[in-house]
Amino acid sequence: MDQSKIRNFCIIAHIDHGKSTLADRIIERTGLLTDREMQSQVLDNMDLERERGITIKAQAVRTVYKAQNGEEYIFNLIDTPGHVDFNYEVSRSLAACDGAILVVDAAQGIEAQTLANVYLALDHDLDVLPVINKIDLASADPERVVGEIEDVIGIEAQDAPKISAKTGVNVEHVLEQIVEKIPAPGGDPMEPLKALIFDSLYDPYKGVIVFCRIMEGQVRKGTPIRMMATKAKAEVVEVGYFGAGQFIPCEELQAGMVGYITASIKNVADTRVGDTITNDAKPCAEALPGYKKVNSMVYCGLYPADGAKYQDLREALEKLQLNDAALQYEPETSAALGFGFRCGFLGLLHLEIIQERLEREYALDLVTTAPGVIYKVYKTSGEVIELTNPSNLPDPSEIDYMEEPIVAAEIMVTTEFIGSIMELCQERRGQYQGMEYMEETRALLKYHLPLNEIIYDFFDALKSRSRGYASLDYELCGYERSKLVKLDILVNKEEVDALSFIVHADTAYERGRKMCVKLKDEIPRQLFEIPIQAAIGSKIIARETVKALRKDVLAKCYGGDITRKKKLLEKQKEGKKRMRQVGNVEIPQKAFMSVLKLDDQ
Amino acid sequence: MERKRKAFRLYVHIPFCMKKCAYCDFLSWRGSREEQERYVQALCREIDFYKGRYPERVSSLFLGGGTPSVLDPRLLDMIMDRLAGAFSFEEDPEISIEVNPGTVTLERLRDHKKMGIDRISFGLQSTNDIQLERLGRIHTYREFLEGYDMARRAGFENINVDLMSGIPGQTLESWRQDLIRVTELEPEHISAYSLIIEEGTPFAQMDLDLPGEDEERDMYEATAAILGEKGYIQYEISNYARPGRACAHNIGYWRRDDYLGLGLGAASLMDEKRWNNTDSIEIYLAHAGDPRRLHVGVEDLPVREQMEEMMFLGLRMMEGVRRQDFQAAFGVSLETVYKEAIRRMAGQGLLADDGERIFLTRRGISLADQVSVEFMF
Repeated sequence: MDQSKIRNFCIIAHIDHGKSTLADRIIERTGLLTDREMQSQVLDNMDLERERGITIKAQAVRTVYKAQNGEEYIFNLIDTPGHVDFNYEVSRSLAACDGAILVVDAAQGIEAQTLANVYLALDHDLDVLPVINKIDLASADPERVVGEIEDVIGIEAQDAPKISAKTGVNVEHVLEQIVEKIPAPGGDPMEPLKALIFDSLYDPYKGVIVFCRIMEGQVRKGTPIRMMATKAKAEVVEVGYFGAGQFIPCEELQAGMVGYITASIKNVADTRVGDTITNDAKPCAEALPGYKKVNSMVYCGLYPADGAKYQDLREALEKLQLNDAALQYEPETSAALGFGFRCGFLGLLHLEIIQERLEREYALDLVTTAPGVIYKVYKTSGEVIELTNPSNLPDPSEIDYMEEPIVAAEIMVTTEFIGSIMELCQERRGQYQGMEYMEETRALLKYHLPLNEIIYDFFDALKSRSRGYASLDYELCGYERSKLVKLDILVNKEEVDALSFIVHADTAYERGRKMCVKLKDEIPRQLFEIPIQAAIGSKIIARETVKALRKDVLAKCYGGDITRKKKLLEKQKEGKKRMRQVGNVEIPQKAFMSVLKLDDQ
Repeated sequence: MERKRKAFRLYVHIPFCMKKCAYCDFLSWRGSREEQERYVQALCREIDFYKGRYPERVSSLFLGGGTPSVLDPRLLDMIMDRLAGAFSFEEDPEISIEVNPGTVTLERLRDHKKMGIDRISFGLQSTNDIQLERLGRIHTYREFLEGYDMARRAGFENINVDLMSGIPGQTLESWRQDLIRVTELEPEHISAYSLIIEEGTPFAQMDLDLPGEDEERDMYEATAAILGEKGYIQYEISNYARPGRACAHNIGYWRRDDYLGLGLGAASLMDEKRWNNTDSIEIYLAHAGDPRRLHVGVEDLPVREQMEEMMFLGLRMMEGVRRQDFQAAFGVSLETVYKEAIRRMAGQGLLADDGERIFLTRRGISLADQVSVEFMF
């Protein structure tokens, strides 16, 4: 295939600006799929993503476009995840492209995520092709958005196609501009193999399917390959392209192409996103830049609701990790919850996605403990601990001081909500860093915020205080010393390790009180009175009481009542079986997760 | 398999009432004369079907409802005749009928007596007319007193009075008064229930001023204390009787005796099989002559369910469950199956154990359902 006829690109957009719809239109217009094959949003093939309207895993599709000049072009459309949790995956997908289509909503204009992605694309030297979408909306103002793109991002946008991906209007302009404005790939097929991994997928029959962009050289069946960072080696079994929803094997992949490789690799940890594949017999001099091992930012404990399912959970996590190297886990034991895993995630969304996949795809019932971040504990002995499980916090007498992770957050908001959003950031211990007006009605607020203040519900609070208009982007910017304490929960005077969490000293009282109130509602009345206490060290800071059950008896049980009563008792018994025993007290599993929802009210 | 030769019990359901009470979720309504006639005809067909099928003796008969006493005496007579024709009764069986105090006459009561009915169960519920009205009862306390007097005059020597605690607006004091007034009449048996708000009843829709949990429990305590003082022995969670006057029929339910239910919606347990008659009157009227077509929810009880039942039903009685009975029924000891549950509940002070039998403690009675759950698998 002639390199000059290949276009490798991605689509970047803020959530809901129409990325997937445009991808659908491109696939449709390039005629690779018939209308019948055309599911809506072909790229988002996970249920979960569809429900959330976002794309989680990067994927790619190869289509053939016959341009107006009569030539056929190969389009490799690489999809990118649209959430701040997946910034690194986005960056690797971008590195596999030569250009990017920037989709901006004609009514909403530029949002924080748009900017973040555009800067990321520009960092990767991609040519950015702006597209104004949703011109069919009554509130569309494409001219204003063109101005915004030019003023704010500083790229030329006069020619930007003004389209409606939904109705298909002007999508042909996008296709032509892809040919005209996105550069063909470079790279020498005769050089040693150098391929960038931008995603991988575990297949039970083929092993890991590695998604890669060939930068230099070529790869075919039988090529001995080596992953340069993980040092894993394998022999190629198959190479091919991405049809829409299927893998199409081919002879070889050459510099400039995007495709997949299988090599009977059993573990996706061997094929990390961002790593470089080379020919083991004829290796390239150095790996592609930009590889990093992604670090988890948010940790929580995952336990099987049924202790006997521990092995199943382990296997499910193993399988998920095959496709998601960002997921980390290690075994841990909780006095309250038994055997489980401490898991690390890129963010709370990532956590929720994994949790839902475990429950949905692996039919596991899970108990999740409160998510936390990684704290640095400086001990008086000079030792530094990276704390992911509050239970492992050393005795306060051994602690010199603690640090917590801080993120640099950028919040884009319409001017009328600046006040309320600033208030929110203050409440969450934010440090104001500055504000830029993007235009008269819109500003970019910059704050440094402790990560543990935003992992729970910050995004929801942001949306509700701005009537949905504010958007958020953040990245870790370092650690700061902070007054942190471990809040313990005692149920019937016994500490429940799975309910402990680290909190800033100033908010400890409030959180402790809310915890107790919440648990009081979650723990059913039992045969004795149950005190629920929140404590910092030996000091009790809040208390609620679950009153003892004094009466639970069915008055009448005659011939006609027996079957119904039996069913009721059986159901109660089932419920009891699903409770966790802490000392004498039975705690429903749901109570362990209630701490996630302290701010619901 | 050869059937065990043992006596069984009969229940006959009469689904008619003068008026539906606000708390009632039983299968009942006010039927016209024609409806009653048609129903009894169908019931007779069902009874006839069983002729000769269950040769074992019938040890008790319970005419329940609804209000069986609203039936025309002629119809009731017909039912009794057919039963006598289809089943063989033990000598001097216990035969009870539920009676609404607002529907009795001396004549009817005498008819009942003549038919062999020997036990009258009055649904009084309260001695306070305001509460009676609130419950949707059709009678006053005075009318009950008259009815009670008539029953005695008709020669009934075994009378039950139903009372209800936990009625909207009820206080501990008014409940005490109910109990004392009724004990002064010296009925042989008193059933004292607490009101259950059942789904689908008018009460479930209403915003009721119900006694609080503590008050309700105080009422329950008062019941046992007052009735005990007056010589009534509590033999089941809600049932009290003068010595020797416990209701044999109801004890049958808790001891898991076989019972055959006849009539609309009636439940049966025969040979470790449970079923219910349909509760659709149309289906009942159409197929009463072939009762197999009436049966719904037919369930062969696996042994573990038999065990569960023996425990949660047996523990309702103050006497509790005898180790010997368990062993005899299942061929394994109670300990083999329930050692852990017994230990736990005894440890909580809810269950007592005298070596021969296990039974609920006073505290266990108030928390009987919590104890029962422990005996489920």
